Amino acid sequence: MDNTNIKEFVARHIPEATFEENKQFLSATVEPSKLHGLLKALKENPETLFDYLFCITGADVQGKLMVIYHLESTTLKHQVVVKTGTPDRENPVFDSITDLFSGAELHENEIFDLFGIIFKGHPNLRRMFMPDDWKGYPLRKDYTDEVNIVELS
Amino acid sequence: MGIKSMKETDFHVSPDTDRQKTNIVLTTVENLVNWGRSNSVWPLTFATSCCGIEMMATGASRHDFARFGVEVYRATPRQADVIIIAGTIVHKMAPVLKRLYDQMAEPKYVIAMGACAISGGPFFYNTYSVIRGADQVIPVDVYIPGCPPRPEALLYGIMQLQRKIQQGNIAAGRIEPVDPEEYPEPPKVY
Repeated sequence: MDNTNIKEFVARHIPEATFEENKQFLSATVEPSKLHGLLKALKENPETLFDYLFCITGADVQGKLMVIYHLESTTLKHQVVVKTGTPDRENPVFDSITDLFSGAELHENEIFDLFGIIFKGHPNLRRMFMPDDWKGYPLRKDYTDEVNIVELS
Repeated sequence: MGIKSMKETDFHVSPDTDRQKTNIVLTTVENLVNWGRSNSVWPLTFATSCCGIEMMATGASRHDFARFGVEVYRATPRQADVIIIAGTIVHKMAPVLKRLYDQMAEPKYVIAMGACAISGGPFFYNTYSVIRGADQVIPVDVYIPGCPPRPEALLYGIMQLQRKIQQGNIAAGRIEPVDPEEYPEPPKVY
């Protein structure tokens, strides 16, 4: 499938999804509640067969906490990017996709550690790189630390 | 400035190392011991980032610091004489570094190699995870600037350490005893 067909496929499942396209990837932005269903459809539908999740990224973009999924089909050789985000900074919760792609477990754990995004359904969400008693999430844009960070004006 | 142009007095870093105060009976023995110690300084296999690549290059055949008696990397701190801190020390690594240092047998020496080990280097600003200099965790004998230093710089640093060892007083023990108030146990994170 080329990008146009994938776009139609995603729009058929989630009519309110928005799309953007660059030289490499087609990316679809969806609501957090629709994400798990969309990824399940993309993985299991024989037309798309996205069986390989090659990256998950956490991001803090213009006040929104986002998670970006890069998917590839190893048999049909096409890729797609799915983005989701929430403006809720106090309690950002997304559905975990570890039941679809078990490789997502460590990625989601890392995003929780550094961005504080909670993945509902993750088997073992914990501090991974930071000490267990660390306060705050250091990769958020509004993270401050007077002791360790010297601000450059 | 070559190493030969540096005077011995440049290395009189503490009163303990002053040759004038040494027991005269011990001086010959001391010379022998210091000669032995300074010519077999075995480093610990310990590197935390890119300076480690230069350290490996220094140990490999082209530069070959075995020429200076830094004969072989030891994979256990109990057999190592010097720890070359080659790379960034983050907060999670600090207790590990302190423990490795504590496990080394006296006399032990520390070389801080590169900007990260000296001051935190490029990570001095705007980071939450990096310790600004390994000397906040353990005492350092020789600092080698560079990012990373070339193998020649490390060789020069090792020769400086040898000069320092040759000033050592075997009766006084370590050159600068570690003050537990200055270097407290870092918090455990595991």
